[in-house]
Amino acid sequence: MSLITELLDPFERMLDDISPPSVVRAIERGGDTDALWQAIEESGFLDALVNEENGGAGLSFSDIGTFAQLLGRKLAPVPIMQTMAARALLTNSDITVPEGPILLISPFKQEQGYYAAAIPLATKASHALVDCGDRLVLTELTQAQTTPNAIHASESADLRWSDAPPGPTLPRPADGLRSIAATLRAAEIAGACDRLLTMTVSYAGERVQFGKPIGKLQAVQQQLAVMAEQVAMACMAAEMGCASGFPAPLFAAATAKQVTSSAAAQVAAIAHAVHGAIGFSEELDLQLYTRRLYEWRIADGSESYWAAIIGRQRLADGNTVSIDFIRAQC
Amino acid sequence: MFNNLTYAHLPEEAELLRSPVKALIAETINGLSIEQRTHSWAGYDIAFSRALGQAGYLGLTLPVEYGGGGKGPFARFVVIEELLAVGAPVAAHWIGDRQSALQILKFGSEEQRRHYLPNIARGDYFFCIGMSEPGSGSDLASVRSRAERVEGGWKLNGQKIWTTMAHISDYMIALVRTSGTSEDKHSGLSQLIIDLKAPGVTVRPIPDLTGDEHFAEVFFEDVLLPETAIIGQEGDGWAQVTAELAFERSGPERIYSSIVLLDGWISHLCSAGHIDSERERLVGKLTAQLATLRAMSIAVTAQLAEGHSPVVEASLIKDLGTAFEQSIPTLIADDLGSRPDEPVSADLHRALIYCSRAAPTYSLRGGTREILRGIISRGLGVR
Repeated sequence: MSLITELLDPFERMLDDISPPSVVRAIERGGDTDALWQAIEESGFLDALVNEENGGAGLSFSDIGTFAQLLGRKLAPVPIMQTMAARALLTNSDITVPEGPILLISPFKQEQGYYAAAIPLATKASHALVDCGDRLVLTELTQAQTTPNAIHASESADLRWSDAPPGPTLPRPADGLRSIAATLRAAEIAGACDRLLTMTVSYAGERVQFGKPIGKLQAVQQQLAVMAEQVAMACMAAEMGCASGFPAPLFAAATAKQVTSSAAAQVAAIAHAVHGAIGFSEELDLQLYTRRLYEWRIADGSESYWAAIIGRQRLADGNTVSIDFIRAQC
Repeated sequence: MFNNLTYAHLPEEAELLRSPVKALIAETINGLSIEQRTHSWAGYDIAFSRALGQAGYLGLTLPVEYGGGGKGPFARFVVIEELLAVGAPVAAHWIGDRQSALQILKFGSEEQRRHYLPNIARGDYFFCIGMSEPGSGSDLASVRSRAERVEGGWKLNGQKIWTTMAHISDYMIALVRTSGTSEDKHSGLSQLIIDLKAPGVTVRPIPDLTGDEHFAEVFFEDVLLPETAIIGQEGDGWAQVTAELAFERSGPERIYSSIVLLDGWISHLCSAGHIDSERERLVGKLTAQLATLRAMSIAVTAQLAEGHSPVVEASLIKDLGTAFEQSIPTLIADDLGSRPDEPVSADLHRALIYCSRAAPTYSLRGGTREILRGIISRGLGVR
């Protein structure tokens, strides 16, 4: 058994155990994440990307992508993947890793200070690793002005620093923190999309109308096929993103997030179309996923944000044929 | 749900073929316009196909003892990717190299292999596939062309239509009925190799809406075929055709058909165009999709390399890929048309119009979008 399967199965069992939908709902209703986080912290998984010399599991970023996809299928309303990446970066720079969840933030520099809008799980983290453009800063979130977005069942918030965020600094990866965050987010999106496909196919096989399961209707089958296509494409893009190593390079990150964000919108729409009214209810787990997909699609750059970045790279090399350009990037 | 589509790099040994084949292709395409190259795998040049055969780039996956290259599907991926990436005229040998040779290798007799495969690999025999008939399109099992047993072989009557490149092909592998009636659907069908120069065969090219003649109708009137014309067992035609379609549907030709237009437009943007964020996004979106679809096609190639027949995955990629290649002329037409003050070369304009006109066929040839989605639904278990 490979290292990844040795760790992935326990990770899955742990998530099933500590973060079932009932716990996710309780946290979304305002419950605290302390017990959940403590279990995750004690499991040791947060050091999966930290190299072995520094006491981590030394997994590759590809392996981490597999964890992120699994997390997208399982849900746990704390920034696990971001903390994993932050811990690896901090350890590489010999900075002591703080306890608690760490966000990866790429804020906009304003005349005074820094600002980041609509950050998922921002109310459930203790620290942030902040990309200040020329350096990364590890800062406590108590130092930031946190304004919850006040959206039903969402833990997102705006973060503002009136001055440079205080805290220890470390070198900025060449392609920035957003590339890392987007690549991980892409993998979580792919996992959630895959889970929605499973749920939707299963529902279409159970729900009977016109005397047969709706999955027997060609109009529904065509939608499920399109959904499956988008899911397969999202999973491949996510895998490609993580396959290019850590810290994630720009093209790999951009492609992963561009494709998965674009798929997220279509997959959520078809999931709801097939589920009908019951899919809009709080009671069904479907909404736990589709609500996240809307948030994640925008977070760390939407499809158009990343498309522009890829476009600039491609146009800077405009006389190379597309296949040669892509081969050089991947 | 499709966990077997795993990201993979092309193996080093397959990549070794890239530069030499690139050099050979460059000799031919340097003299071609963008518009000519936009014909992609619908464009043909018999001399070029023969040159590829002589250089050892056809029949790459066939065993050496049958005149092939003895290499795996990844090697073929590299070669066809290079051909498609720049729109080399490949139609003459395309079908034979992609699927007819593999059908003969897999299901044919030893005699058929020894006769046909070396000739396909040299670029001496060109093949076409006889599937559609006037009354049988997506409902392929309803074919009515019929071969009856006669002394020493078969007597064939019937008609095929929309057969790509039949008029420049030497042979056709046709799906015909050898027993029962069209009511019997999937049973009673067989694949036969038909010499298109045999008495009683008439091939008439059909002009298409772009002004080309790339497909044809083929009539069979009391065509006598030897006993050895049948591929595999009588009555196994449907199963054989289904296996064939996994090869037909997963290749990069289902993604790259408009790529010459895409690159012509990108080149135009860099030299003459005003680049704004809208254009950057459009270029970026298409590039991201292309990179991902290419990775998916490589993943399916890996499945083929391991001896699997990924029918559902191939259908999935073909539907995605053809939607992508169809979107290219649509999006570029809107982009260029929105800037009437920006001069576009006559060649690029012609390429755009050709591609726009040809694009609807991308999701017809090799199985329509609706048929593919039906196959995917079956793969999902709902059908």
